[in-house]
Amino acid sequence: MNPTEITTQISTAANILNIDKWDYGASFSNDYSVQVDRGAAKQLKASQKQVITLRVWNKDNLVGITTTSDLSETGIKKALRQANIASEFGNKNEFTDFSPLAKDPIHVKEVDKKNPLGIKKLLKILREAESKLIDSHEAIKSIPYNGLSESFYERIYANSDGAFRNYSKSQAAIYLYARAEEKDKKPRSSGSVKLGYGVEDIDIESCIKEAAKKTIAHLDYSSIKTDKYLICLSPEAFLTLMNAFSSIFNARSIIDGVSLSDKNSIGELISIPALNIYDDGLNDKNISSAPFDGEGTPTKKLMLINKGKLENFLHSESTAKIFNTIPTGHAGLGSKVSVSPDWLVIEKSNECSDLNKSLVHTIYQGDFVYIEELNAIHAGVKASQGSFSLPFEGWLYRNGEKRSIESATVAGDIKYLLKNIINIENEKELTTSGISPHVWINELSITGDE
Amino acid sequence: MVSASIKSSEIRFGECNKKLLEEVIFYGISLGADFVELFIENSDNSSVLAEEDFITNVSPSFSKGAGIRIFKDKRDGFVSTNDLSKHGLMRSISQAIEMLDISKKTNKLIFNGLEILKDYSKSKINWLNEVPTINEVSEKLLLSTKSLKKDKKVVVRKGSYARNWQEVIIASSDGTYATDIRLHQTVGLNIIANDAQYRSNGSRRFGSHGIPNEFRLWDHEKASNEVYESSMNMLYADYVQAGQMPVVLANKFGGVIFHEACGHLLETTQIERGTTPFSDKLNEKIAHESVTAIDEGISEGSFGSLSIDDEGMEPEKSILIKDGILKKFLSDRAGELRTGHKRTGSGRRQNYSFAAASRMRNTYIAKGEFTKEELINSISDGLYCKSMGGGSVGATGQFNFAVEEGYLIKNGKLTKPVKGATLIGDAKEVMPKISMCGNDLELAPGFCGSVSGSVNVTVGQPHIKVDSITVGGR
Repeated sequence: MNPTEITTQISTAANILNIDKWDYGASFSNDYSVQVDRGAAKQLKASQKQVITLRVWNKDNLVGITTTSDLSETGIKKALRQANIASEFGNKNEFTDFSPLAKDPIHVKEVDKKNPLGIKKLLKILREAESKLIDSHEAIKSIPYNGLSESFYERIYANSDGAFRNYSKSQAAIYLYARAEEKDKKPRSSGSVKLGYGVEDIDIESCIKEAAKKTIAHLDYSSIKTDKYLICLSPEAFLTLMNAFSSIFNARSIIDGVSLSDKNSIGELISIPALNIYDDGLNDKNISSAPFDGEGTPTKKLMLINKGKLENFLHSESTAKIFNTIPTGHAGLGSKVSVSPDWLVIEKSNECSDLNKSLVHTIYQGDFVYIEELNAIHAGVKASQGSFSLPFEGWLYRNGEKRSIESATVAGDIKYLLKNIINIENEKELTTSGISPHVWINELSITGDE
Repeated sequence: MVSASIKSSEIRFGECNKKLLEEVIFYGISLGADFVELFIENSDNSSVLAEEDFITNVSPSFSKGAGIRIFKDKRDGFVSTNDLSKHGLMRSISQAIEMLDISKKTNKLIFNGLEILKDYSKSKINWLNEVPTINEVSEKLLLSTKSLKKDKKVVVRKGSYARNWQEVIIASSDGTYATDIRLHQTVGLNIIANDAQYRSNGSRRFGSHGIPNEFRLWDHEKASNEVYESSMNMLYADYVQAGQMPVVLANKFGGVIFHEACGHLLETTQIERGTTPFSDKLNEKIAHESVTAIDEGISEGSFGSLSIDDEGMEPEKSILIKDGILKKFLSDRAGELRTGHKRTGSGRRQNYSFAAASRMRNTYIAKGEFTKEELINSISDGLYCKSMGGGSVGATGQFNFAVEEGYLIKNGKLTKPVKGATLIGDAKEVMPKISMCGNDLELAPGFCGSVSGSVNVTVGQPHIKVDSITVGGR
């Protein structure tokens, strides 16, 4: 069924059920993925999915929602009826409406349309990658977590007011997590993830090299003494933290009372003047970019922290109305609409004279802890309190020498961290979740085994 | 005539589909598959959210789909689809055959047709009509958030309810033919308290399987009091000082550490991956002799219980560790095929879009002989972890868990509350250090995310003492 047919079918069913106001978001996908185990195909998977989320407004302008995978005439009618029933329980304190920008022009990135390679080719590529990674070092015994996938999908948004938009795209991903073991030592594991619009776009060699380099590098480890340390966060680690605490910028979280910010926080200095953060879902490097959000609002670039000051919040239609502004293109689709960032870009502002520019992780000779990757985010971050306590993979640099840290946890407070940035390095790096330079923090607590 | 032909070529829930299913399975076998399994699902879910004194979200959802799995030798191919027509199922079979590169139409097994239907759904047909209506749920959730309004310091009050109803048909080329209905209900309370620079959270989750009336009987006053007290106790708590120390872990959700840090390592999926240190330790001592650990799917009403697993097998009670000795691994069909460990009725999946894998059900450490006080009295300087938050286990078996509500132990007594603690370690090192088990075993519901998606489980234990563990803090 094509997008126009679905819209017509929903419109017809809504008319029959006397539902005047509705919108929907739909997603259709075909996904293929493979996993291997020492040369053998482990699991080969294909899936065809269709899912549609329908919202209806009743006579009192209260909204109800239903999600279904049944796109038959009966299935759509059932979904509309259920959404209508749910609308009786719609939030009377916060009225949701269509996005005022749902008919504005959208920018759809021009990307070459990729065709599926198929399971057999995926399997061949992944087998070769696994073999190369195992052969890269004698301590690498297996690649327990690996996968190569390609996905082809179409997204649609339409409403009873005539808004209609859709886009289709492809995406591919490879992940290789190696496990290395040496006699009388604990096993070590590390890896790499790469994305592309298609498998042929992915730099598989660099994924293998990066996974090997990271895993092998951590073989010679030692424990670290529990203490406070000067910290250098890798681009990936800093982005992980900023995404975990993105409720600071999130208007939905502010209304719900689970953010560290409040309605009056715009303009507040929450970091050092050298820090800029913006959300840039349409960035050319963002493989997962979408031209519109769940409510049909066009995606756009939005400055969040400008020279250390909070400049904008992320909004849906309903939060924008409460804050007397416009939606920003970061909404999901629901009766209570969620809000989230797309792709963060972090950079040094032009007010950076106070930074300690001698702190560059590749040349600095003093003692510090380099945090390469943070783990267990869902368990160790208390976004509503601002605190975190997270295991990490990293290095202890001492007198110019570096040693992998056996197992340790870094703990702190995001407000403290943002105010205690002492350097933002010049060079920015591309990661799967955004772009950032290395960021130095004055002091954080590390718990180790020593 | 037209409607009759449509009817006969589509899966119909609540009706006999034997002929159609046999045709589809036979098609897979005739193309050279060693084994064909069909998992067909119809689900009807609903969730309700109450915030402060208002219902802010009601979300029903429906889904129908099939997961088709084919084995050839020790390899498997899995295809999922929303198309439940005979044509759609056969197309998925062809796709799986092609994936596995099966060209020779020879196979090890002969398909003799499906057995007589094992209908586990008979007594459950009315469950969906017996669950509380959205109206009832809304009223009770609002009562619960109202009863959290005990203090001006309480700035966020939330109550959430979710009901998952699932009807499944399982058919496979070994003759398995079964149908079942599952019903899970869960309710959670969350609170945030705030006073100047101090902030704390409190949360609890309750859940059941197969008891339509359970939510009506839920004691929301008691639950609200627990959540409120927990957040108030932690509001002005200092950060814990990091270091190595003995800890006492509370019962109920304290069992999440055993589940995550050890339970997952006893799933055959981990043996297949080579990521468990216990793969060659069967009948060897891996834990302190005071530890006996069990996984089962049979406790009536428990969140992880089931009449049949997602491969059509009735669940068993599996004694994983007996007096410190490793006795069993949890196994599914692929696990049995690839590791030789017999199936335990543990093949589970979130829904039709996942292939089943060996997963835990109700997992707990058995009760011991000590009282909670005896455990605490045995420690001069340590930590009491009254309520655990989430956690994770890395690829090398190292775990990390947040302590939601913790108290220092000084000279055998509980003293001041502390926050920001995390427990860090790995199962191989920690299991031998569980030296005392209490006599107060209790279970708690939870959700477990892993290779076959998120499944409902129960974790549990009595109070236990770990002689030494790394506590992360500031």
